[in-house]
Amino acid sequence: MRVELQSISKHFGTVQANQEISLTLDPGSIYGLLGENGAGKSTLMKILSGYQPPDSGCILLDGKLQNFRSPADALAAGVGMLYQEPLDLPPFTVLENYLLGRARGLTVPTRQAARELIELGTRYGFQINPEETIRNLSLGERQQLELLRLLSGGAQLLILDEPTTGISAEQKDLLFASMRSLASKEGKTLILVSHKLDEVQELCSQVFVLRKGILVGGAKLPCPQSELVDLMFEQLPPRRRRAKSAPGKPVLDLQGAIVRTARMDLERVSLQVGAGEVFGLAGLEGSGQELLLKACAGLLPIAQGRRLLAGEDLTHLGYHATCNRGVRYIAAGRLEEGLVGGLTLTEHMALVTEEPSFLVDWPANRKQTAERIQRYQVVGTPESMVEELSGGNQQRFLFGLLPSSLKLVLMEHPTRGLDLRSTDWIWQQLNDRRTEGTAILFISADLDEILERSDRIAVFFSGRMSRVLDAAQTSVDELGRLIGGQQ
Amino acid sequence: MKGWAWLERIWPSVPILSALALTSLLLLAFGTSPVVAFGAIWEGVFSTPERMLTALAFWIPLLLSAAGLLVTFQAGLWNIGIEGQFILGALGASWVALSLHLPAPLQITLEILAGIAAGALWAGVAALLKRWGVHEIFGGLALNNLAIILTNYLIAGPWQPPEGGSFRGTVPFHEDAILPLLGSTRFSPLSLVLAAFAFGLVVLALRNSAWGLRLKALGRNPRSAFLLGVSSNREALLAMLFCGALAGLGGAVRVLSWFDSLRQSISGGIGYLALMVVILAGFRLYLTPLVALFFASVLSGSIVLQLRTQLHSSLGDILTGVMVLFVLLFGDFARIRNLFKSRGSKEDV
Repeated sequence: MRVELQSISKHFGTVQANQEISLTLDPGSIYGLLGENGAGKSTLMKILSGYQPPDSGCILLDGKLQNFRSPADALAAGVGMLYQEPLDLPPFTVLENYLLGRARGLTVPTRQAARELIELGTRYGFQINPEETIRNLSLGERQQLELLRLLSGGAQLLILDEPTTGISAEQKDLLFASMRSLASKEGKTLILVSHKLDEVQELCSQVFVLRKGILVGGAKLPCPQSELVDLMFEQLPPRRRRAKSAPGKPVLDLQGAIVRTARMDLERVSLQVGAGEVFGLAGLEGSGQELLLKACAGLLPIAQGRRLLAGEDLTHLGYHATCNRGVRYIAAGRLEEGLVGGLTLTEHMALVTEEPSFLVDWPANRKQTAERIQRYQVVGTPESMVEELSGGNQQRFLFGLLPSSLKLVLMEHPTRGLDLRSTDWIWQQLNDRRTEGTAILFISADLDEILERSDRIAVFFSGRMSRVLDAAQTSVDELGRLIGGQQ
Repeated sequence: MKGWAWLERIWPSVPILSALALTSLLLLAFGTSPVVAFGAIWEGVFSTPERMLTALAFWIPLLLSAAGLLVTFQAGLWNIGIEGQFILGALGASWVALSLHLPAPLQITLEILAGIAAGALWAGVAALLKRWGVHEIFGGLALNNLAIILTNYLIAGPWQPPEGGSFRGTVPFHEDAILPLLGSTRFSPLSLVLAAFAFGLVVLALRNSAWGLRLKALGRNPRSAFLLGVSSNREALLAMLFCGALAGLGGAVRVLSWFDSLRQSISGGIGYLALMVVILAGFRLYLTPLVALFFASVLSGSIVLQLRTQLHSSLGDILTGVMVLFVLLFGDFARIRNLFKSRGSKEDV
C-alpha cells in the first residue's frame, strides 16, 4: 500500500508538535523514523494510525483520501500500530484476547479461531499457545500476539513504536526476521519508530528524521552514522562556557550501585560528585538516569553497592533520613511530586518547617512566606493555592522552600517547560548554591542545557551509564552518539 | 453569567428539597399525607423537652464518630471500619462495667478510657492491615463483621446473664456504672461535655496543628507530601487511632447512657450513619455537628411517626439516605455546571 502524508500539522497548546510534514512510503519497504524525545514522532504516528486527527493536512492510502475517526477506523483501512505497551488485557487468555472485538453474534467460534491463530503464528515464526494467560507472557510474546491481531485485522501498513525496548535478543531477532519477510514476501509497508541508530541501520531501507516537529531530512540506508547524528541533533554555534571551578571533596559517592525495578535494572554505577560541582545526566527518557537520581535520594533501594554522603554510609537509609542529612530531591512534575494542590503557599511553608511545634504559628509562617515570595520573585500571595501559580512560579516557589544550606541537590529537568527568564533565574540559584559548596546532580533532556551548565556529564542508555565526560571536552555529536547507544 | 451566580447561591437546597419531594411521593404512593408524616416527625422531636433530650442523646455518639471521621477523611482515608470501632468501644466499656464495681466517678472514668482504648485498638488493626497492603475499606469491613461476631459471642457466652443466655443482651449494669442521666431521659450532660471537648480537639487539630496540616497534605497528594517530608505511614496510623478513639468514646457513651447493658445491635449503625453525615456535610468542619443533629432529629422523631401513622419508622432512614444520594449525585454545583457547559463541545472528547 502506498502511503502519503501531505503537510500534516498538529499543535498542543503553544507547542507545535508536527509542522507541515509530508512524506511518501512505498509498499514492500521498511522505513525508519528517528528523532529525540519530543521531536514529534509519536504525534505523527498517532495521527497516521487514527488515534488523533491532524490540525491540517491529509493522509492518502493508495491515492485515496482518508479521514480516520478512531484506530479501529484506521485498521479497517489497513493501518495498524503496535504500541510500546501492547493494548491487550492481562487477565485474558491469548485466544480470548484475539477474539475480542472480532466475535460477532452470540456464539464464539472458539475452535476455529484457535486453529486460525496457530496457523497465523506459524506463518510468521511465532509459537502461540492459545490457552496461555496474557499475564504470564513476556513483553516480546505479547508484542507478537498484537502483531498477529493487527495482521489478521487486515493491516497493510504496520507502525512499530520502539518495539525492541524491553524484549530479549532472541525475540528481537525473531521480530526483525518477521518484519523483513512481511515487507519482502507480502509487500507490506512497515515503519520502525526508534531512537536506536543501530537497529534502524540494520533493518530499514530508508529513514526520516524529525526534529522539533519538523521533518529535517532523510537518507537511504545504510549511510554513515555521523550523518544521522547530525540530522537528529542540531548543530549549534559555539557555546559560551562558564568559568570552570575546581570540584571540592566528594559529597556523593556511589560505589558499584545496582538498582532493580520491575521495568528496568540499572547496571553497576560508580560515580563521585564533588562539593560545588554540577553533574549532568543525559539520555532518552527511561534509560536509567531517573533511577539513579531516585536511588541517590533514597527513594529507591540500592540492591548492591554502596551510597556515601560526605563519607557517611547511607546505603540503607530511606528518603527522609537522607533529607535530614542535607539532601533534597526535586522531581520534574511539580504538582505531582513536589507541591500539594489545594494547599496555600503559607501552608507549604508551615509543612516544611523543621522542628514544628504542635500548633502552627500562622502569622509567623505568613510573614516568612511573604518574605520568600519576595526573595524568590514568585508571582503570587501567601494565600494563593499552588495550582494557581504558573509553572515557572511553582518552580521558583519550590526553590523558596529549600533550606538554606544543603550538601546535595538532585534535580529532574530543572527548567522543563520554563521560559528563558525563569530558566536563567533557576540556574542562577543553582550556581549560587554551587559556590556555597552544594553538589548538584541533574537530569535534562536538553543537550544544550547539559553541555552549558555541567562540569561533568554521563550518558545513560538502556540502564547503563557511559564513561564520565568532561563537559569542556565533549560535543553534541558525542553525546548524541552515546544517547543512541554507540560507543 | 449572572444567572449562574444566582443559581449557585441557592443550589445547596436543591438536593435537600428534591429528597423531600421524592419521599413525599413515596408517602403518597402508600396513601399517607406527607404533611401528616413530616408533622409526626416534627412532633417526635420538638413536642416535649424529653423528646428533645432524646434526640440529643442520639446525637452525641453520632457527633463523636463523625468528628473522628473528619480527621481520617482529612488524611484521605476511608475509615469504613468506624462501625466496628464504635462497637469495640461499647464492648470495652461494658467489660469494665461488668467486671468492676468501684465508686461511680472512678468506675465511669475507667469505662470511658476502656472504650477509647478498645476503639483505638480496632482502628490500629485496620491501619496495620493497610500497611501490609489491605485497603482500609476492606480491612474495615472485615473488622466490622468481627466486632459483631465478638459481641454476639460475649452476650451468648462469657457475659450471659446467670439465668441463662437470652441472646438479647447482658444483665443490666449496676447503677454506679451508668452515666448520670437527666431526669427520666437517656440524655447524660457528661456525655455532652465530652463530645464538645472532643469536637473542640478536632477543630484545633485540623485548623491549627502541624499534625492537621500534614494530614491535609497527605490527603491531597500523598506523593508530594512524602517528598516534602511527611511520613505517610506514621500519620495515617495516628489519624486512624485518633478516629478510633473518638468512635470508641461514642460507643462507650451509647452503651452507658442510651442502653444500660450490652445489646446485640449495640451500634444501631451509628458508624455508617456518621459516614453519611460527614459526606452530606461535604467534609466541612462546622457543618458536621449540624448535619448530625438533623440526622439524629429525623431518626429519633421517626419513632413517633410509627405511632401516629401506620408507617414503619424506617421512613427517617429513607429520607436521610435519599438526601445523601442526591447530594452526591448533584450537590456539587461546579460539576453540574461543567456537565452542561461541555455538552456543546462533546466532539472533542
